[in-house]
Amino acid sequence: MRVLPCGDRAVLLDCGSLDEARGWFAALDGRAEVVLGARTVLVRGEPAWCRDLVGASTPRTVDDVAPATVEIPVTYDGADLDEVATLTGLPVDEVVAAHTGSPWTVAFGGFAPGFSYLVGGDDRLRVPRRPSPRTSVPAGSVGLAGEFSGVYPRESPGGWQLIGRTDVVLWDVDRRPPALLRPGARVRFVVA
Amino acid sequence: MTLVVEAAGALSLVEDLGRPAMGRVGVGPSGAFDRAAARRANRLLGNAPGDAVVETFGDLVLIAESAHTVVVAGASGPITVDGRPVAYGRAVRVPAGRRLAVGAPTVGLRSYVGLAGGIASPRVLGSRSTDTLAGLGPRPLAVGDRLEAGAHRAVPALDDLLPLDRGGDVTLDVVLGPRDDWFTPEAVSTFLTAAWRVSAASSRIGVRLDGDPLPRAVTRELPSEPCVRGSVQVAADGRPIVLGPDHPVTGGYPVVAVVVDAHTDRLAQVRAGRVVRFARVT
Repeated sequence: MRVLPCGDRAVLLDCGSLDEARGWFAALDGRAEVVLGARTVLVRGEPAWCRDLVGASTPRTVDDVAPATVEIPVTYDGADLDEVATLTGLPVDEVVAAHTGSPWTVAFGGFAPGFSYLVGGDDRLRVPRRPSPRTSVPAGSVGLAGEFSGVYPRESPGGWQLIGRTDVVLWDVDRRPPALLRPGARVRFVVA
Repeated sequence: MTLVVEAAGALSLVEDLGRPAMGRVGVGPSGAFDRAAARRANRLLGNAPGDAVVETFGDLVLIAESAHTVVVAGASGPITVDGRPVAYGRAVRVPAGRRLAVGAPTVGLRSYVGLAGGIASPRVLGSRSTDTLAGLGPRPLAVGDRLEAGAHRAVPALDDLLPLDRGGDVTLDVVLGPRDDWFTPEAVSTFLTAAWRVSAASSRIGVRLDGDPLPRAVTRELPSEPCVRGSVQVAADGRPIVLGPDHPVTGGYPVVAVVVDAHTDRLAQVRAGRVVRFARVT
């Protein structure tokens, strides 16, 4: 892990893997304001203070961080389901079986409140983003892009390949916490 | 204690000092782009520094249902009460039934209208700010909206603000990194010496800069990583974007440098076509 500069109010921990970044996130959460990325952790504070805090900390191993499991029922009728079948060479029912067949892990947030990048699913489902993004993707849409799967928390533009939709509410500002999915949680998609 | 919106101009938003510590749930800071101007408006009113104000591109008209004390700070332009010019940067009384008109700024870009007692709209996740990217907080002001002022806490200050002077190039101090090593040494040198021109496609999410593209030394895709207000992302076309208050919490473009926090307020006031330069600090 390397500590990189990030202006005068934060540092960025550059880790070798998502698991290492999650370990640092878990070790520092509550002692500083931290934000998790795919290989990085942002630590907010005066940089010298941040470096001292990091120097005095050890990353937790991911196994220490007990994951909660969230089940998300999906209706697999997305606009890009046939395209994903073509790109992966799998029949549509195999795409669904692959998406529901193994649990995903919430890696990190970003892009929009309540949106989470999910990793660790079936490798056969790696597909590129759409060549040009849609201007409007409905809330609850379930998509694939690169190594990630994700659910759109609200209507927004988006370039992911859409394979289905869910009625689960991912983001509600009146809920505590407002985001359904938190880094480290397990997600299992099931056929609705 | 109500002001009614009669005209809202191109964009007028309720903003305070934002939502700290929400990055872990995917919510950015938001808040006033020119925080220093918002704080000054509140200070002159005897408000708390974090009280909500209106951030506006001007052409904002408010009708006072009862007498109000207001301050306009930030960008300066014509300010009138029922057509009579009133002072910029000083507590001004708007009698009941009168119209406060904040014209389009002649210097700077964003004006801040503070009300004695602040704006008492509901908080969302600890802030009254509108986040234009995330869609949090109230929608932009529209004709007929009512701004309720909070309970007035103090006597307005007697001093006033110097008019905003934003002539000439704007120089912003930056700390290189976290990803300066993803660019060629020549690109980093260009970044620190070039005269960057502010693009019209700028917003509270990011201020886009036009100039010679910055070539990458590392061309692979960057796994998404957290960014901050002031992060200078270099997009796929090689042009820098300085992230503003409504920036996404994570981004997939390498950040060549980060503007020091206190200097990010200046970006709120630079118009399209103005020149921005970066100066390295360590």
